[in-house]
Amino acid sequence: MTPVPPVLDIYGLSVHFETRDGPLHVLRDVSLSVSPQETFGLAGESGSGKTTLGYAIMRALPGPARLTAGEIRFEGEDLLAKGPDELRRIRGRRIAMVYQDPRSALNPTMTVGQQVGEVLEIHDRAAPRAARARANELLDLVGIADPAGVARRYPHQLSGGMQQRVVIAMALACGPSLLIMDEPTTGLDVTTQARILELVADLKRRVRAAIVYISHDLAVIAQVSDRVGILYAGELVETAPAARLFRRPAHPYTLGLLGALPDLDGLHGLTPIPGSLPALTRLPHGCVFAPRCRFVEPACEAEIPPVARVTADHEAKCLRWPVVLDAPLAPSVPAAPRRRAESRGLMLIAERLVRHHGGAGPIARRLSLGPPPVRAVDGVSLEVQRDEVLALVGESGCGKSTLGRVIVRLLPPTAGAVRFLDRASGAEVTDDALVRRNAQIVFQHPDSSLNPMKRVGKTLGRPLALLGIKGGQRGRRLRELLRDVRLDASYVDRLPRELSGGEKQRVAIARALAMRPAFIVLDEPVSALDVSTQASIVRLLVDLRDTLGASYLLISHDLSLVRHVAHRVAVMYLGKLVEVGTVGEIFRPPSHPYTRALLAAVPRPDPTAPRAAVRLEGAVPSPQHPPSGCRFHTRCPVKVGRICEEVEPPFVRASDTHQIACHIPLDVLRREAPVLVAAPAAGGLGVAPPEEGRS
Amino acid sequence: MSDRPPALVIGSTILAVMVAVSLLAPWIAPYAATEQHILKRLERPSPAYLLGTDQYGRDLLSRTLMGGRTALLLGVGAVLLGLAVGVPVGLAAGYFGGRADDAIMRIVDAMLSFPSLLLALLIITALGASTAHALAAIGIANVPGIARIVRGNTLALREAEFVLAARARGEGHVYVMFGEILPNVLPAIVVETTIRVGFAMLAAASLSFLGLGVQPPTADWGLMIREARQYVFLSPWPLVAPGVALSLTIIGLNLFGDGLRDRLGGGS
Repeated sequence: MTPVPPVLDIYGLSVHFETRDGPLHVLRDVSLSVSPQETFGLAGESGSGKTTLGYAIMRALPGPARLTAGEIRFEGEDLLAKGPDELRRIRGRRIAMVYQDPRSALNPTMTVGQQVGEVLEIHDRAAPRAARARANELLDLVGIADPAGVARRYPHQLSGGMQQRVVIAMALACGPSLLIMDEPTTGLDVTTQARILELVADLKRRVRAAIVYISHDLAVIAQVSDRVGILYAGELVETAPAARLFRRPAHPYTLGLLGALPDLDGLHGLTPIPGSLPALTRLPHGCVFAPRCRFVEPACEAEIPPVARVTADHEAKCLRWPVVLDAPLAPSVPAAPRRRAESRGLMLIAERLVRHHGGAGPIARRLSLGPPPVRAVDGVSLEVQRDEVLALVGESGCGKSTLGRVIVRLLPPTAGAVRFLDRASGAEVTDDALVRRNAQIVFQHPDSSLNPMKRVGKTLGRPLALLGIKGGQRGRRLRELLRDVRLDASYVDRLPRELSGGEKQRVAIARALAMRPAFIVLDEPVSALDVSTQASIVRLLVDLRDTLGASYLLISHDLSLVRHVAHRVAVMYLGKLVEVGTVGEIFRPPSHPYTRALLAAVPRPDPTAPRAAVRLEGAVPSPQHPPSGCRFHTRCPVKVGRICEEVEPPFVRASDTHQIACHIPLDVLRREAPVLVAAPAAGGLGVAPPEEGRS
Repeated sequence: MSDRPPALVIGSTILAVMVAVSLLAPWIAPYAATEQHILKRLERPSPAYLLGTDQYGRDLLSRTLMGGRTALLLGVGAVLLGLAVGVPVGLAAGYFGGRADDAIMRIVDAMLSFPSLLLALLIITALGASTAHALAAIGIANVPGIARIVRGNTLALREAEFVLAARARGEGHVYVMFGEILPNVLPAIVVETTIRVGFAMLAAASLSFLGLGVQPPTADWGLMIREARQYVFLSPWPLVAPGVALSLTIIGLNLFGDGLRDRLGGGS
């Protein structure tokens, strides 16, 4: 390869934060370079230093950060030697940044057109009128259908996906040669994310900027990147072309991450990486990953391993890379054993559940005054069987969390009923207190799910007290619970702020288990956690279900996870179910068009995975004014005709266990190509084809 | 952020001295607060009377020290009374929301629309002037403000997942409010309390100054200032001693409160 001068060249960069407990070594000896027009994916879990690296390139490190060593060269110029004025001319103009939250990146008091135009007026000294015209071009470039119309609107009138497009347009305004994107799709829905990722791929072809794409999500990185760097605890442990890194990782951490990530094929992933991130104040002597590494040998702990050149463009900071390179990806133990006890019975029946929030009172409504209610759940019937994991999937705002809360009686239903059946007799349980005890819920946010003022022992002791368990027995049960969620007994005295995200979620699970529930609603239980932690929590939940024999309602937006864990899946859109079936049935035709779109949107941790192009336009309509007929008709790519707008589709049985609510005849749906091409039996990731061999 | 905000250090030092001296007053005061030295009236500070004497020949140092006790009793007592009513009311309004919240908060708004001193005056006028009534009046005047703060903080927590989890396992409303929510509102309450104690002391002193609070011959700063007013040209000491004590205490409390707010992040 002829060496092209890189756009960005970072050499030996080290950054630490001054804290009360001494310096926090956030980045250590990071070297990388990005070629013109290349997309460099920077992946790492929380605490890896990826965002700090982004800020360091922008020379916008926060106050307590100290850049102690290294060089950052941008188009051959030494960025560290620039003064504030020179930097201002570079930032926004030659290096632009796209942040995670478009809502806070846009000024709510200015129209979109003004904001994009302002960038041009400041940096290019464009005349206001010319700036407006150019702003419209830019909005068009980022795939906004009606640029002139959107330019007149304010940010809050746009959906999250549109806002992010505007932010990208602003970043591209001055034709930067380097674009840093820090988790640009993290707050967005899968379907919106898929479209933004497509936009990034499209921009790569049309704009001459190099992109540094920062994300915690390996699957996203796999889709957008030409080359990938993996950061771990502040060190860049591996860099390689995307196609190679995801097939033949040479660093054990990369291998572990790929093993932890659930893939949509249902074959790989969910193998946790043992241990946790080292404290950045007291780092291990040798290789930073050694304490968690399954390939570790004494030499690894002696000194920091040098960067090994695996091939011309593949580097790994590991002594054991030849072994790692040939190690197969840990096979995925099927998370949810598909076998289940034969004699199953119903556990929970939800009948035509309706839950409306707010809205005007009954009299005002009759006079059509005041706002209509939010139809969060609008006539959902479902059944959960004993020992079953039923997954509830859908975009945010589809009402799945509300449904979960109505089921565990946190919210009263507006109409309809939830009935719990007794495990032994099969009779309905009517006692409210008993139902509450039997149905527990685990929430999404580890930070909010535990009372910050209470020690773990107190958090877990309270439900036991409620069950009337006293004295020594309570202590015993408490230790038992901690053991169940794989926490040491010493955690009793910890406060939530002394726990990691995964540990907090374990305590929250233990708290739900303390009531000995027969049914647990898991509301996005792992979506706030890092991949490696996620895998261990999912494992834990699955193991617990096997030993306790509880049923789960797993609310999730992550179809890959659902594929691994659930027995049956219910797909929800705007307050209604559109499809219900077993996992096998949901993931292949016939499918509801919405299910197909969801499946197509899931990013795969394999740059070469085949992808069907089913894309949803627009955002979910407001549940205050749901569309008539089939609620999906406004976004449906295969709408039949007027019937979809006028008649609500009934559920059609595709099999005993599979129902679809769509006007398209079943045999037409059956003939559609599967979104998910079946993975080659033993191939896929990690198991390298023999001919590729060692290079 | 530095480890200890200077405001917190200065404020807590002033407060610690004030509280210690007040509590120990009966033992460290050179004379009894009501002991009259009829020949030594309106004296300047001297080794025998470190701060001088008042118009009845009472030792100003002793009276100022004992006055601290009264101020402390009235300030802390009134705020405690306000907390006893305001905290449950605010918790209930924030936790239940809806109509209950509307009803409670409209009453609170009505009470807040009176200046609190005016409200206290109204109550005193109805009840008659005495220390106990002054305490009750200032306490009641504190209820709406406290209820508001507590409600605001509760509102932010009512949908917290740990609160939902408690409700999901069938906990009663009382437990959820006092067992789950209250501990998290506590930092805000503590900050609010320290600042309110200062205001309550000022209000108590004002009432006494108007003759509506503490009655003679009890030692009280407001009352001392009232009585010293007529002799200010003969001797400023009877006015200066309680005035400085009162100002220092209020400054100490406010510094302490601000420091705490920075530290705990509470308040509104």
